[in-house]
Order: sequence, then C-alpha cells, then structure tokens
Amino acid sequence: MTVDTLRARPLRNAARYWRPFTAFGTVLLLWLASVRFGWVDPHFVPSPAAVAARARTEFTTGTLAFDISESLRRNITGFAIGASAGLLLGLWLGFSSTAERIVGPSLLAFRQIALFAWVPLLSAWFGGADAGKIAFIAVAGFQPVVINTWQGVKGLPSAYRELADVLIFSRIDYVRFVALPGTLPAIFTGLHAGLIYAWLATLGSELFLNVTPGIGGRLNEGSQLFEMDLLFLGIIVLAVIGLLYNSSAVWMETRLLRRRTR
Amino acid sequence: MTLTASAPRPVEQRMTNLLPVLANVACTISLPLVLLLAWGLSSRFGWLPEQILPAPEVVWATIAELWRDGSLIEHTLVSLRRVAIGFSIGALSGLLAGAALGLLPVVRSFVWPVFTAVAQVNTLAWLPLLVLFVGIDEELKYVCIAWSTAVPVTLATTRSIADVSPNLVELGRVFDFTPMQRVSVIVVPAALPSLFTGVREGLAAAWQSLVIVELFASFDGLGYLITWGRQLFQLELVITAMLVIAAIGLSLNAVLEYLEHFVQPWKTEARHDR
Repeated sequence: MTVDTLRARPLRNAARYWRPFTAFGTVLLLWLASVRFGWVDPHFVPSPAAVAARARTEFTTGTLAFDISESLRRNITGFAIGASAGLLLGLWLGFSSTAERIVGPSLLAFRQIALFAWVPLLSAWFGGADAGKIAFIAVAGFQPVVINTWQGVKGLPSAYRELADVLIFSRIDYVRFVALPGTLPAIFTGLHAGLIYAWLATLGSELFLNVTPGIGGRLNEGSQLFEMDLLFLGIIVLAVIGLLYNSSAVWMETRLLRRRTR
Repeated sequence: MTLTASAPRPVEQRMTNLLPVLANVACTISLPLVLLLAWGLSSRFGWLPEQILPAPEVVWATIAELWRDGSLIEHTLVSLRRVAIGFSIGALSGLLAGAALGLLPVVRSFVWPVFTAVAQVNTLAWLPLLVLFVGIDEELKYVCIAWSTAVPVTLATTRSIADVSPNLVELGRVFDFTPMQRVSVIVVPAALPSLFTGVREGLAAAWQSLVIVELFASFDGLGYLITWGRQLFQLELVITAMLVIAAIGLSLNAVLEYLEHFVQPWKTEARHDR
C-alpha cells in the first residue's frame, strides 16, 4: 500500500459521515430556496412547510394512516399467497427433474409477460376490488420466488448429494439437513425480490384498479385534484416504506444466515 | 483406433444426440399442449363463461383479424418505438451518470445516498406527479421509460466501475498510465461484464415500464390494446396483446443473451434467470 492512500484513509472515513448529509441538506435547501424566492411555480412545487402541514392533518384527522394499513394488509396477504406458492413450486421443480423438464420451459416463457400486462386480465377474472388486487400482488410475488428457489436447489454442488448418498441419508434427511439449508440464501434472494415486486404491485393495483382505501388511491387523488402537497407526501411515505421493507429484508437475511458465515 | 472402426460412429452419435433433444422437446411442449387442450375443452363444454375465458379459436381469429387489418403491427410498432427512444435516452444517461459516479469517488460520496433514496421510489409512484409536469403525451412515455432504464444502468455502472480490483488500479499507477489509458485499458474491460448485466436489466425495466405507462395513459400501443379489450370485456383482445408482449419479451431476452455472448465470448454459460 502506498503512503498516500494510508494518509488519505482517516480523512475519507470522516468524509463518509458528513458528505451524505451535505447532499440531503443541499437538496432540502434548494427546495426551500426555490419556493421562497419563487424560482418555481408554487402550484407545482409546494413548500416543505406545506407538505409537513399536510402530513400533520393527514395523520391526525385524515385517513392516510388507514390507507397505509390497508395497502400493507393487501400487500402482505398477496405476498404470502404468491411466495408460498412460489416456494412450493420452486422446490418441486428443483428436486424433481421430470417436473423441471415439463414445467420449467413453460414457466420461463410465462414470466416474459410483462408484470403489469396481467392487471386487466386478473381484474376481469377476480374483479377490480380486493380480490383482483391481491391476485395481482400474489402473481408479482410468485415469480422471483419460484425462479430463485428452483435455481437454488439446482445450484447445490453435486458433492453434497454424493456425500449424503455415502452417509446413506434418507431422502427426507437429505432435504432437511443438506438441501434446504444449502438453498436458503437463494430462497432469501427470491423472497427479497418478491417483496419488492409485491410492493410495486400493491401500488400499481391501487393506481390501475378500482378506488379503494390505499396509498395508491391517494396518489391518484392528489394527481387528479392537483393537490401537490398530498402527492409529495405520498411519494415520501412510499419511499420510507420501501426503505423499511428493504432494510428489514436485509436484516432478516443476515440474521438468519449468520451461522453460514461464521 | 482404425479407420474402419470409426466409420459407423457418426450415425450412432447423431442418434444418441438426437434422442435426448427429442425427449426434451416432447417434455417442453407437453404442458402447453395439455393446457391448450383443457382450454379448448372448457370452452367447448362451457365450463367457464365467455367473458372469463374466450375460446382458443376466438383468440386465434382475433389475432388473424388484427394481423390482416394491420392494427396489430401498428400498435406493436408504436410500442417498440417508445421503448427504443426511451431506452436509448435512459441507457445513455445511465452510462454517463454511472461513469461519473464510478470514476469520481468524491462525487459518489456526495450524490450516491441521494440517488439511492430517489431510486428507491419506483417509476410507478412518480407517474401521478409526472403527469402533472409533462402531460400525458409521448413525452410522458419517454421520460418514464428513460427513467426506469437509467436507474438500474446507473446502479450497475457505478458498482462495476467502483468494484474494479484495486490491484489493477494500482498496477495502472505503477505503469504511470494517463487517466484516459486507465479507463480504456483497466476500467472498461474489468467493468464490462457487470456493465452489460446492467444494460440488460435496464432493457427489461424499459419493457415493464412501457406496459405500465401505456396502461396509465395512452391511445395506442400494446398496453392500450389491453386496456381497451378489458373495457369492452373482449378478453380475446387482452390475451392477444399479452401474447405479443410475451413474444417480444422473449425475443428481447434472446437477443441480449446472444449479445452478451458476443461481447464476452469467454463466458459460455447463458443465464436464464434474469
């Protein structure tokens, strides 16, 4: 290592802490200044104070909290259905080569249909209310889970299989002690991606299907009534929920897989 | 081994190569055939109402009719043009932004957290806001597709450049490379594989986003065809458009797989999981 990288390191570490905040601070300052000095049309860009005021009224007297809980309920229900179906099918495809040869190619072709192209068909089948939305969220959560589980089982090193054969493991013991633990990282990758897709689908189903309580419906309302403070608030809420989902998925992943890295 | 002994081998080999392939093809098409049969039987015996699942021959007739009057091609071309323009803008700006973020650590340390926070919010959430800013015309489609392409491309480009092995970078310093040489000789070849993966993800995202934006607001294109069919409760139109979308998705994937192989011939394994 050269001398100059050694000297640069402590400084870089300190910079790592303040620089991100500078960036966020600059964005906030620009936002404040542009509203304050009239660089932008206040009809299009509400002031941070207006968004904060809207947040206060929404959370104290409004329905936003209820909308969020409704969205989360649909999201979790749909994801649970889709992910468990994906997990089961993925494991089956991974363990049975006959199933893989028959179902695999069709599945790969089936997922080439862009996700949102399902919305109208599913709404025709299940209606535009809760059932249609949950069906769409389930389809969204299903796809990454099934593919990752399937590929995860298939990607197990053949040495594991051979070792299990040498130790005369029963088929169930092989699955329990070797295959499932070995596939867990891939399964988590799939679940993580599925969670993200399901959240996207939750928002999409609320934007495209019937109006029911939900955060997507509020975004539509903000757009149609030209209530920019509501729109900005909605987007911030969505970003926060997305961040929370993401970080809790990462946290669970590292926690549950900790013994592998030890 | 003598020549005579090897003479009958080619035929034998061809046979042994052909049989598993045939078996594979049979397995592959068996499920679609069974599903098609079930679909046909269900429509023949009226197990499901026509509004839920139109008969396969009705869908086929719809495809043929839309093909004959040229509207299927027309809608498809409109959609493809949108994807082409949006994707080009998005991929180019993503590559440039990613290169800037990857090559300049100072810029990265400032901008990266803000960028990841903004990227966290999907295009879908920006749609209601974007509509107010750019209207519902072609610009909306381009902005949307370009944005959803640019996000994965920027992420992948930045990461792939930042992850170039420090040993290689050090080697460049030892050789006293100019910044240009450093980029062209070390960074680009080392970053190329993951960079290409990013572009591929970008194209997939562009295709997804096209459908989203056409469902949201449009008067032509495949997404519009789907919405229109749904409104008229003509599910054969919906299914036709979905089939076209799947077919184009499949061929985009195949083209990119081929290109990936072409760009990095040393990588033999084609990945189906993306």
